[in-house]
Amino acid sequence: MIRDQNTLNGILEAVSRFVRERLVPAEAEVAEQDAIPDDIVADMRSLGLFGLSIPEEYGGMGLTLEEELEVIIRLAHASPVFRSLVGTNNGIGSKAILYSGNEDQKQRYLPPMARGELIGSFALTEPEAGSDAASLKTRAIRHGDVYVVNGGKRYISNAPQAGVFTLMARTDPDEPGAAGVSCFAVDADLDGITLGKPDRKMGMAGSHTCDVIFQDCRVPAGALLGSEGEGIRIAMQVLDRGRLMVAAASVGAAERLLRDSLRYAEERRQFGKPIAEQQLVQAMLADARAESYAARSMTLDAARRYDEGLPVTTDAACCKLFASEMVGRVADRAVQIHGGAGYMRDYRVEQFYRDVRLFRLFEGTSQIQQLVIARNLRKEAAW
Amino acid sequence: MKVMVSVKRVVDYNVRIQVKGDGSGVNLDGVKMSMNPFDEIAMEQAVQMKDAGTAEEVIAVTIGPAKAEEQLRSALAFGADRAIHVKTDEEIQPLTAARILAKLFEKEQPKVLLTGKQAIDDDANQTGQMTAALLDLPQATFASAIEFDGDKAKVTREVDSGLETIEVDLPAVITTDLRLNEPRYLKLPDIMKAKKKPIDAMSVEDLGIEEAVKLNVTKTAPPPEREPGVMVEDVNELVSKMKDKGLV
Ligand SMILES: Cc1cc2nc3c(=O)[nH]c(=O)nc-3n(C[C@H](O)[C@H](O)[C@H](O)COP(=O)(O)OP(=O)(O)OC[C@H]3O[C@@H](n4cnc5c(N)ncnc54)[C@H](O)[C@@H]3O)c2cc1C
Repeated sequence: MIRDQNTLNGILEAVSRFVRERLVPAEAEVAEQDAIPDDIVADMRSLGLFGLSIPEEYGGMGLTLEEELEVIIRLAHASPVFRSLVGTNNGIGSKAILYSGNEDQKQRYLPPMARGELIGSFALTEPEAGSDAASLKTRAIRHGDVYVVNGGKRYISNAPQAGVFTLMARTDPDEPGAAGVSCFAVDADLDGITLGKPDRKMGMAGSHTCDVIFQDCRVPAGALLGSEGEGIRIAMQVLDRGRLMVAAASVGAAERLLRDSLRYAEERRQFGKPIAEQQLVQAMLADARAESYAARSMTLDAARRYDEGLPVTTDAACCKLFASEMVGRVADRAVQIHGGAGYMRDYRVEQFYRDVRLFRLFEGTSQIQQLVIARNLRKEAAW
Repeated sequence: MKVMVSVKRVVDYNVRIQVKGDGSGVNLDGVKMSMNPFDEIAMEQAVQMKDAGTAEEVIAVTIGPAKAEEQLRSALAFGADRAIHVKTDEEIQPLTAARILAKLFEKEQPKVLLTGKQAIDDDANQTGQMTAALLDLPQATFASAIEFDGDKAKVTREVDSGLETIEVDLPAVITTDLRLNEPRYLKLPDIMKAKKKPIDAMSVEDLGIEEAVKLNVTKTAPPPEREPGVMVEDVNELVSKMKDKGLV
């Protein structure tokens, strides 16, 4: 934990410098090769980016959520795939272990995750259970000292690199809803786990998702996180935080898109002057600035309240909804400001436009955020 | 050995400098400040010596306002063991800086003082040389390679005519040039640990230093704007254009 502005400034400056000098120059290569070069991954490890939110006693930096999101916003000034690489270890891939794991489980997984040597993934979605996660069908049936797991998970981020999965599976087949689901930390090298081919995605080249298939996989009973039946509750707790991470990633990407657009608008001349002097172009720039600033403010505000221990489920959903939709509009304007060039692979706005489309889909679609917000509004209404 | 490194807080090299309207200096309000890049190279040299076991202790020194603590924290994150902050809100000129560094050198008795060959704010390129002179020590400036061997250091210097290698007896003052090394990226956990390392703060008066006679800046002006170029069709046109301008 920092809680000290000078130290935080030092950290943010170090991240910005790394982004500017190391990550941004590599963006085109990453997009082209569909892979982040090994030396960059090694540098990201040694910088400490995999352990931002893992507590200091487990080898991480133990940043507060607000501090972490400040870092994520800076990191997201480079291609979203870099954030995605460290995203699961700092977020959905480690938090269930941190919140609900016992001391043995934490000691075993968190230090190598903080060092970036072990990648954690979060396996909730299934072919027939996306937005309706609580209806998931993967089963984990207890036999003596193991759970036998059968089922398939879909679109799992960083699964090809994962060493451990946070797996949500149904331990009570007679209970079809949330109450029948439990959460496990499952080693990826167990017999009975196979990975599908990497998905061919619209964007996020350099970051990979795939199916994870469990066939009579014998998971030691000690892999259970928390108690049986707590799986969906744990997953939702992890996602509250995850949604603020996605909001911060959206803010960072929007700030970058605005910067690229502004520079282009100043340099591109039509009708005898820079297009930035055209008021219709200025309107697009101004709207992008206003919206990204609003998203930044609400996201950091929710993070501060999370750090104070206040409930933020509704606000986290608001931030995820607004910020991910906002960056979609900003990316659209960025392409527009670039004109035909914005449709070309040579410009990063073309890539960002496709990459940020994801933010409205995963960790709960925009519609699901709206449902969460409205449900809580009605539940908490008092007059 | 004990190594002392002096670092300066300067306007970040990425900032577009704006000259104040009245020509009295450059605008520093809200401008991003960083460690002088040449001093970063000196820091990197020092921590490489620590990593290699040639240096046991690295002390970072700065002279500057309270905010210069940020640069000392960076130095500590680099790997300095402790730091000394000589606090002043005055603008420090090279001779005053050299007097202060000489005093600290006498106090700490390091084997070597490393510092950037110049600071990118006023590009004076004097402090290292003056410090060596005040201490009556050998100096090796513009170092692009340094090799320590017992009580001597072999230093390759970047000079106008190429590279010059000299040998100096230690203790000595060495100033660092651009090609000596590539400073590392600060590791985030090291930045956090730097918070707990000691900084010894003092004033210029505490050291009993008299400020050197002031150099007065009479005027600051931005460089003239570049005129747009012209495209020429061929060599003949180029030559005739150059003749017109009296360039050939
Ligand atoms: C690149 C990528 C990475 C991913 N990474 C992970 C991961 O690491 N781990 C993981 O578990 N999952 C991951 N996912 C899965 C992701 O979380 C789901 O795709 C998402 O939750 C949506 O589920 P679905 O695809 O089944 O869509 P569906 O649930 O089928 O939704 C289709 C449409 O119907 C709408 N809809 C559904 N229900 C309602 C409703 N009640 N009211 C109104 N509208 C509704 C949705 O909003 C959407 O517009 C990833 C997905 C992608 C694309």
